[in-house]
Amino acid sequence: MTAASTLVRTSRTHSGTGSTAVGRRRRLGRIGINIGGVALALLWAFPVYWMINSSFQTDAALYGATPQFLPFPIDLSNYATIIGDASFWSAMRVSALVTAISVVVALFSAFLAAVALSRFRFRSRTAMVIVVLVIQMIPAEALFISQYRMLDSWDMINSIVGLSLLYAGHSVPITIWMLKGFVDGIPIELEEAAMIDGCSRFGAFLRITFPLLAPGMVASGIFALLASWNEYTLALVIMKENSAATLPLWLKRFNVTYEATDWGAIMAGSALIAIPVIIVFLIVQGRMATGLVAGAVKG
Amino acid sequence: MTLTAQPRTLAAPTPKKSVAGRSPALIPLLLGLPALLIVIVSQGYPLANQLIMSFQEFGLKQQFGQPADWVGLDNYAAVTADPVFWVVLVRSLVFCFACAGLTMAIGVSTALLLTRLTKTVRILVQSAMLVAWATPVLSSLTVWQWLFNTRTGVVNWLLVSLGFEQFDGFAWLLEAGSFFVIAGAVIIWMSVPLVMFMVYASLTQIDGEILEAAQLDGATGWQRFRHIIVPGIAPVLMLVGLLQIIWDIRVFTQISVLQDSGGVSADTNVLGTYVYQIGLGQGDYGAGSAVAMIMLLITLIISWGYVRSLVKQGNVS
Repeated sequence: MTAASTLVRTSRTHSGTGSTAVGRRRRLGRIGINIGGVALALLWAFPVYWMINSSFQTDAALYGATPQFLPFPIDLSNYATIIGDASFWSAMRVSALVTAISVVVALFSAFLAAVALSRFRFRSRTAMVIVVLVIQMIPAEALFISQYRMLDSWDMINSIVGLSLLYAGHSVPITIWMLKGFVDGIPIELEEAAMIDGCSRFGAFLRITFPLLAPGMVASGIFALLASWNEYTLALVIMKENSAATLPLWLKRFNVTYEATDWGAIMAGSALIAIPVIIVFLIVQGRMATGLVAGAVKG
Repeated sequence: MTLTAQPRTLAAPTPKKSVAGRSPALIPLLLGLPALLIVIVSQGYPLANQLIMSFQEFGLKQQFGQPADWVGLDNYAAVTADPVFWVVLVRSLVFCFACAGLTMAIGVSTALLLTRLTKTVRILVQSAMLVAWATPVLSSLTVWQWLFNTRTGVVNWLLVSLGFEQFDGFAWLLEAGSFFVIAGAVIIWMSVPLVMFMVYASLTQIDGEILEAAQLDGATGWQRFRHIIVPGIAPVLMLVGLLQIIWDIRVFTQISVLQDSGGVSADTNVLGTYVYQIGLGQGDYGAGSAVAMIMLLITLIISWGYVRSLVKQGNVS
């Protein structure tokens, strides 16, 4: 019996004894707990709500004596400011390129490595898995001096390719880790059945396992995508020039420049960066969780 | 050649492995090569180089292309002789454990709360947490600065309305104490969702019958929590707790951005920003690398026990 059905059963017992003092106290307790839950949800969602709310307000409303808790009448001039700003589009271009390159490179190489770790047995395989795990724990902040010097010596400061390489390197270990779970989750018997039916080993993998891996690839790809899109530290170290700024860097510089004068536009800028990410995240999180659970159970 | 093909029957004695056993060792090596190259170029080589740099001196001469002199442990000696380093180290550790502890406490209690909510409220809490989790860190930092803005921030307005007149025009970022309150709040706000989701997922795996049996046998709520729920979710607690500590000890973005927006960096530096300041800001690569290596060492010491226990339990295979 699961925890959920236990809850259902206990609550039924309660409704049966609802007239007694104990039953009333329990019911009040349950209402209290749910009110607490709602308060918690509001508290956690408030910063994001406030960002959107402020982005739709005029300066008069933003800097008035009392904060306006509703964005009506909706004012779009803050968004017009951002969309008319060439530096925003330049940063958008850099971010899109860096993210695309690093995700494609990380996903492709991690996929091959995950297959090697999951489908082949070789000496030092466990050691490799541990290396993947340990690399995962090396803080980016402990390496950026020499990463800066390395790219500097290759004349790749402010370079999209240079930053993409570092991002790919950071995503590869975690992507291998996730994809290995997905590959483990697909029974090798399926491939073997195809091989008995005359497929080559490669053909069996390509026709049977690869299509089944698609959800896993999407999940790990989104993971790497979010990491590159949101990254700040290495962008700060490598992308020195304003023309090479990624969106997070652009937002920080925009914030520092206008924090005395134009909070409405700053909020519109952060909302424009955050909302696509939040939407993608909300769409894929269900699939990501299902994929991970499926991998874990079958594995 | 370290990669040698072995019959899979050695690793797991089931007949089905025999097909894979015929594969030559070259194939896994080739498959792993691109990933290996990327990791070596972007992390392995910089790591080795950084270790070497921490034993070298970088002065004015090196800015004009001279090779750096080998100075052995001088950088480490100089760094650890500087009281500023110790202040930064202690501040980082205190901040890290405070954030990680609060994140775990709030995350675990929220997960427990979730199990007792009605479905609608539960989905409401989960959605709010997902939104907070998904928000890019720079967007979060920007909106939190606006929430705590000196003159027009909603938090100061609320505090003044509640009668705390001293918050009228209070500049949160200027003083180290309130600076870390904001930095900690941002970090905890964005870290709690992961803890909550992982702990909640493992809570739903606990067998309800055992809890019911314990209740019938007269176990109190606390006893059930202590002796059934905690052991049941212990592996997940270990993992997320460790991740929180590792992430909070290396914290850089939140501190650096808030410093740029008005924080006093001398009073608020943590290890990450300190490395940045002396290594890249002042160009003292040697001392910066030495501090970075110390930071790396602390991280590895903290995670070593965990990795070893994973290997021992056979969870890594």
